[in-house]
Amino acid sequence: MSEENIDLSEFDEIPDRVARARAKAEALRKAREAAAGDASGETPSDEASSQAPDETGGESAAAEVDLSSLDEIQDRVARAKAKAELMRKARGGAKPAPSGAPARKAASTADRAAAARALTQKTDEPAEERVIVQTSPAPPAIRPGPERTQAVAEGGMTTRRGFFTWLTLAWASFAAASAAGLLGFGRFLFPNVLFEPPQSFKIGFAEDYDLGVDERWKDKFSVWIVKSTQDMFALISVCTHLGCTPNWLGNEQKFKCPCHGSGFYMSGINFEGPAPRPLERARIVLAEDGQVLVDKTRKFQYEKGHWDNPESFLRI
Amino acid sequence: MPKISGLLDRTKRSQIWKSIFRHDVPRDERGRAQVVLTNVFLHLHPVRTPKSGIRVRYTWCMGGLTFFIFLIETITGILLMFYYRPTLEYAYTDIIDLGEQVPLGIMREIHRWGAHAMIITVWLHMLRVFMTGSYKPPREFNWAIGVILLLLTLLLSFTGYLLPWDQLAIWAITVGSNMARATPFLGHEGPGAAFLMLGDINLVHAGDDARFALLGGRFVGEGALLRFYVLHCLFIPFVAAVLMAVHFWRVRKDGGISGPM
Repeated sequence: MSEENIDLSEFDEIPDRVARARAKAEALRKAREAAAGDASGETPSDEASSQAPDETGGESAAAEVDLSSLDEIQDRVARAKAKAELMRKARGGAKPAPSGAPARKAASTADRAAAARALTQKTDEPAEERVIVQTSPAPPAIRPGPERTQAVAEGGMTTRRGFFTWLTLAWASFAAASAAGLLGFGRFLFPNVLFEPPQSFKIGFAEDYDLGVDERWKDKFSVWIVKSTQDMFALISVCTHLGCTPNWLGNEQKFKCPCHGSGFYMSGINFEGPAPRPLERARIVLAEDGQVLVDKTRKFQYEKGHWDNPESFLRI
Repeated sequence: MPKISGLLDRTKRSQIWKSIFRHDVPRDERGRAQVVLTNVFLHLHPVRTPKSGIRVRYTWCMGGLTFFIFLIETITGILLMFYYRPTLEYAYTDIIDLGEQVPLGIMREIHRWGAHAMIITVWLHMLRVFMTGSYKPPREFNWAIGVILLLLTLLLSFTGYLLPWDQLAIWAITVGSNMARATPFLGHEGPGAAFLMLGDINLVHAGDDARFALLGGRFVGEGALLRFYVLHCLFIPFVAAVLMAVHFWRVRKDGGISGPM
């Protein structure tokens, strides 16, 4: 609020100019209303968009709609249409109102006016812009004659309709290109080649492992190989609390997570600390050459009953 | 003495001087306003500040302090980038070097303390804005921008956390990034991921979910270090700077610093 005041105060004459522009806009609007007053029934849309409330056309019709019957409405519409048709014929396809011409001219120069308004221009551009905004007729009223309906008018000028067709196309292409760019940006974040150990790997023969927890693959593949007298399974060394790597404490016969103190039995079942569920096991099978194959893309969760699955352990 | 003043006069009449300073020394309000409006640095600040805007007991100056600390972090961060290499081989030892071998070994500590201080000032700024009701219309949009800036500040701390590449850093980011696994539809353990299946193949799994995009891998490794480095040094500061410009602009356009409307 205060900031805008200060910006304006640099140009002392601006309030004056604004006042004069407002007055001029008001005068122009009144003149146009007076000119359009006798033709107020011209087209329904024109009435609705620009006529003042004391006009006899659209407003009173709207007031009567609630009371009158459907026939009456249809009658009125038919009459209005006939009148509009007459008016158009009388004008012979010319522009609708005398004040329309300066308005159109102002529209074509609006950009330049906006750019140069700051210091040196005449004071009436804002006024003309107000005129455009408030009283420019609805599109049907200024529909040109049939010879103007091609995309390019005489003299190589683009028509309004042709311009909007191209504008729509341009915006559609721009949106499509932006969407494609965004998708590409997202895809860029996912590399095709990962410099990580494989998810599925052979760990040698079952006879190579002693009973108990074997840590030889923990660093590289994040698994413990746990072997008992009956079976052998691969326990994934990721704590089910928040993903740290627990340590195997041989003396206490448990896995213990250094981050928040979760504890797990050798089987992977949790028994202390914040971990909400047992450790996960990876798929473990025999490869064709008799070696043991561990596949981490397939995980088995105790709480879902997965540990009964024959691929979650190796019978010995 | 006359010689010196003559030199001064000649200097002030020279083209170099005139091309830099478009105005004489301002002697009235209009001149002062003109100086502010025609200077790129000065124009960032309002031409006039309401008296209530500089009442420290009212504003706590926390927004300004936050911006000041952001500048400190930018300068010290750029200096640290001259020595730090974001690779598995060098990251940890470069941080040690920055403390022990590089002149002004306190630089990295200033950067770290600044990060802590910025969290505190952002938080206090938010508290002040809330307690004075300055988030109310017409300032509600700026409040939303501020919330995004708070998030970016936290993300700056989070991404910077990994760069020392010690045990604390690695496991803290492991724990922190695991939260991304629970992102709805985008994280492989999040709600909705189970619905995105083709037959019995998960479309969202540990190899293509939000966490993977963040880390550039399945665990906190080389890819994660590089990604966090780029996010920390370039991407997040850039976005934050743009939003800060919007934030400051809106402070002025929405009625100035939180005085009574």
